[in-house]
Amino acid sequence: MTEGHWHVTFCIYRKKGDQPPFYQDFPLEVDPDEYVLDGIERIWAFHDRSLTFRHACHHSTCGACGMLVNGVEKLTCITPIRAVTKNGGTIRVEPLRNFPVLSDLVVDMAEFYLRMEQAHALQVVPVAQSTLPYEPPPFPDDGLPHQRLNDCIECGMCVSACPIALTASSYQGPAALAATQQTYSLTGEKSLLSLVDCADGVWRCHSGFECTAVCPSNVDPAWRIMELRRQVIRHRIQRIFHQDR
Amino acid sequence: MKNNQPAPGKALRWFDPRHRQPGTWAFILNRITALGLTLYLALHLIMLGKLAQGPDAYDTFIALAKTPWIKVGELLVISAGLIHGLNGIRIALTSFGIGVTVQRQLFWGFLTLALLGTVIFGYFMFFVH
Repeated sequence: MTEGHWHVTFCIYRKKGDQPPFYQDFPLEVDPDEYVLDGIERIWAFHDRSLTFRHACHHSTCGACGMLVNGVEKLTCITPIRAVTKNGGTIRVEPLRNFPVLSDLVVDMAEFYLRMEQAHALQVVPVAQSTLPYEPPPFPDDGLPHQRLNDCIECGMCVSACPIALTASSYQGPAALAATQQTYSLTGEKSLLSLVDCADGVWRCHSGFECTAVCPSNVDPAWRIMELRRQVIRHRIQRIFHQDR
Repeated sequence: MKNNQPAPGKALRWFDPRHRQPGTWAFILNRITALGLTLYLALHLIMLGKLAQGPDAYDTFIALAKTPWIKVGELLVISAGLIHGLNGIRIALTSFGIGVTVQRQLFWGFLTLALLGTVIFGYFMFFVH
């Protein structure tokens, strides 16, 4: 074993077709500064070519590689192995929660994308218009150009972490609600408020704030849901006083 | 395709605090205290029914209510009321867009207040009255 390398066991969720799911162990020798996705790719390349998983950009922009790593939603392409285990430890990798599993670590996100479309989700929002209630953290002072990403990358991790999405399939979910708030704040389109002012919309959220904790892109879905509630209430009051129909 | 999907039957998993944030711990505490307070309300109404059975039945109940175990139960009711009520204020505030960015601090602050209140009530219940 190379000095500085770790022995780690990847415990991977496996499921094919209608067969019952099971966990399969893959012992690997890894550099602890490698990312979890690197380990998964190595398993696919050298141990089991039937392992299926989603990935694309490898730098947290596409949102494809969101998975459950030791019980917590992570973008595996930016999650260092040393951050989730130790030498001799285990990394349990599972598909995102609250989505139907298609195969192994791949989940069906069709309905999620449909909801984002219904919410008129904007693909790119300038940082200056992101409407978050606080200043984003400053860039490192290293003289290099930086670009802050705060657009939803549609990874689905907020839905996976949400305790309400666990039990209510009709809940619109934090990603779609956050997208609605973002679009409404920029367009003022009142029909968006009607879309979310319902039992399966903003009022279904039970303030767990799990979505914001796992969001890799500074979207802050929980704050956006609460802000959307405020807008909905304001709109209702305005309607009572006939200021806005 | 059927597994891993949302289902009402998974509600018990709400109570699993592992890998969860303070927001979910508050969510769990609110549900447990709500169930406890609802149970207490039912017991309270049953006990009030003793009034209709005459002074002797009521006196017997009051004597029971002064035993240490019942006092501990009453302290738990007070604690549940404080936790549920104060966390309810936190949820009401954040639901109107107030204090969302400090919701964790609000949770810990209100929980500390609830525990402090429990200690004060416990002192008066066990050492003063």
